[in-house]
Amino acid sequence: MSGSDQLHVVTSDDISDSRRRMGRALVWGSAALMALVAAAQVAQTAGWRDFGFANWRPTLYAYCLFATCLCWAQVLVRGEQGKRTLFVLPAALFVISLTVFPLLFGLVIAFSNWNLSSLSGRQFNGTANLVQMWHDPFYWNALGNMVIYVAAIVVEYAIAFGLALILAGQIRARKFWRVSFLMPLMLSPVAVSWMIGKSMLEPRFGPLARLARALGIENPSFFESPWMAKLTIMVLDAWTFIPFMMIMLLAGLQAIPKELQEASRVDGASGWKSFWEITFPLMLPVSVTAILIRIIFKLKLADIVITITSGGPGGATDTVTSFIFREYRERSNVGYGTMLAMVYLVLIVIGMTILMKLAARLTRPRT
Amino acid sequence: MTDTPAPIFRDSDSDRSFRMRWWAGRAAIYGVLALWAVICLFPIYWTATTSFKMAPNVMQGQMIPWPADWTPEGDWAKKLFFAPKWKGWESIGLSPEALGRESTARAEFVKRFGNSAIVALSASTLAVVLGSLAAYGLSRFRYRFGFMKNDDISFFFLSQLILPPVVLALPFLVLYKELALLDTRIGLILLYTLTVLPIVIWIMKDQFETIPTELEEAALVDGLSIWGAFLTIILPIALPGMVAAFILSLVLTWNEYFFAALLTSTHANTLPVMVASQTGSQGINWWSMAALSFAAILPLIVIGVLLERFIIKGMAAGAVK
Repeated sequence: MSGSDQLHVVTSDDISDSRRRMGRALVWGSAALMALVAAAQVAQTAGWRDFGFANWRPTLYAYCLFATCLCWAQVLVRGEQGKRTLFVLPAALFVISLTVFPLLFGLVIAFSNWNLSSLSGRQFNGTANLVQMWHDPFYWNALGNMVIYVAAIVVEYAIAFGLALILAGQIRARKFWRVSFLMPLMLSPVAVSWMIGKSMLEPRFGPLARLARALGIENPSFFESPWMAKLTIMVLDAWTFIPFMMIMLLAGLQAIPKELQEASRVDGASGWKSFWEITFPLMLPVSVTAILIRIIFKLKLADIVITITSGGPGGATDTVTSFIFREYRERSNVGYGTMLAMVYLVLIVIGMTILMKLAARLTRPRT
Repeated sequence: MTDTPAPIFRDSDSDRSFRMRWWAGRAAIYGVLALWAVICLFPIYWTATTSFKMAPNVMQGQMIPWPADWTPEGDWAKKLFFAPKWKGWESIGLSPEALGRESTARAEFVKRFGNSAIVALSASTLAVVLGSLAAYGLSRFRYRFGFMKNDDISFFFLSQLILPPVVLALPFLVLYKELALLDTRIGLILLYTLTVLPIVIWIMKDQFETIPTELEEAALVDGLSIWGAFLTIILPIALPGMVAAFILSLVLTWNEYFFAALLTSTHANTLPVMVASQTGSQGINWWSMAALSFAAILPLIVIGVLLERFIIKGMAAGAVK
């Protein structure tokens, strides 16, 4: 894809055999040390022999040592090529050790009954968690809610696009508007849920409740009926994330060459028509990127739900994340929660793959 | 009007209607802008003013802080104006009088604030360092790790973005418990670095790809090593992108709640956890909650106002190719 703009430098390396041997020795030596420490720790947990470890930290340190040696040995063994590998290797090791390993570990947990607060420890229970999940109406309800929440992105997108169009046009005090429109994104969702969810929407004294009453609504309540609560959460989340989409779309709008719009105006197209025929099609790739990223963020929605409604009323506002959070907090069963999360991950990966395929087809330049 | 002689230069009716439409369009645009600005800023104003209110002010719905001496007479003034008090700030030990004396509430707040600052700053720094290196490598060299080539490696990094935090949360809870990393700042820093790393790599890769490779080629010919060229030539040019990535990471990590709520309990609590834990207890204590929330969002408001163009640059990266 990006072959032409890469750096091509041929360097001759003179790596002596002893240096190469030392590099290999470093890698294998530290790996052996790590294996040794890990084996000792396993032996202690299994109760064969007591080495006096308080926790698994020694293995962690051995792993860090191994990772450092691995990076160092790259340069020792492979010279210039190794120095290049050194750019990517630390990040790759970091991500692998912090996601791949916990994910594999999570798979083990997902198939077990493990209550952290009880002393019995982990028990393998096969697919019992899956069966329980299948019969758990609250989990399916949370998944359904996620679909509704994601669908709300269409409205967010429309608003964000409108604002971006205005900001890209001829206006005064552009910087002021941009900064104030950006503000909601900077605020912590937890603070927002207090500021808006708990105080501004408070049914008796909140300013928005007062406004609603002034508009003739008796007893405004924003979190009582399931649909109203869902809607309020959507609005709150939209409030935080519309700036994000707006800025991406604004960047896209500013990258469109001015001549195109001018040409369409000369040809006599009205503003509305030139938007649909020129601006919107040109913005399609940016729009798709913005929406995809927004979906990814939306799927993580939890903070405001946990802090404002904690899923209520009756699970109407639950997201998958907030549901698992509550499930863990109430029963501290790690196994079941992990299984729910794993199923969620699989659904997300399938869904996102389909969406990305569709998006690629949608944005493919038409000839 | 009809008997005055017709002026020589006169706007035709169509011109006039055009100007009317133009003014109407302007008015509509500024109307929308003003409305949205109110929607964005009013909650912040509300929180800031509520932190200076007392119970009666909240119940009567007074909105504008105004010194008591200058409050004009009349019922309308009573409905609008209230005399600001430091009660809310006193409850977290940050009012002018409370600053002079010892206060456990302030000590608590400062501790949480410090935790948040340390965790957010270190995680963002670590992510920018690791991410910039990886992004530079991926934008300049051709790699092959087993079956994985450059595009696969990039995709591997970016795909971490899809991973919802809840999938990692419980395994991490168990792992951290075994590693004695539960309720420590290091544990949070590692996790936060992981969550913002894909974003940093995305922004930085975009940044490095705009820098021509001739620069390094020249530097290499002049005898610098590849790391020397990277550190002395490329990094200074890529600095704006790094700042953008850093600020964006800072915003995300400062505001993070989910992991902090699960993985910390007493020592390493961050500010969002403190804010969230207050809401349940003792009813709603409006003024102190407002003060606490406002103190929690203030640093980011300042950053947002001062460094807005970096944030926008960061978010725009990758949107436009």
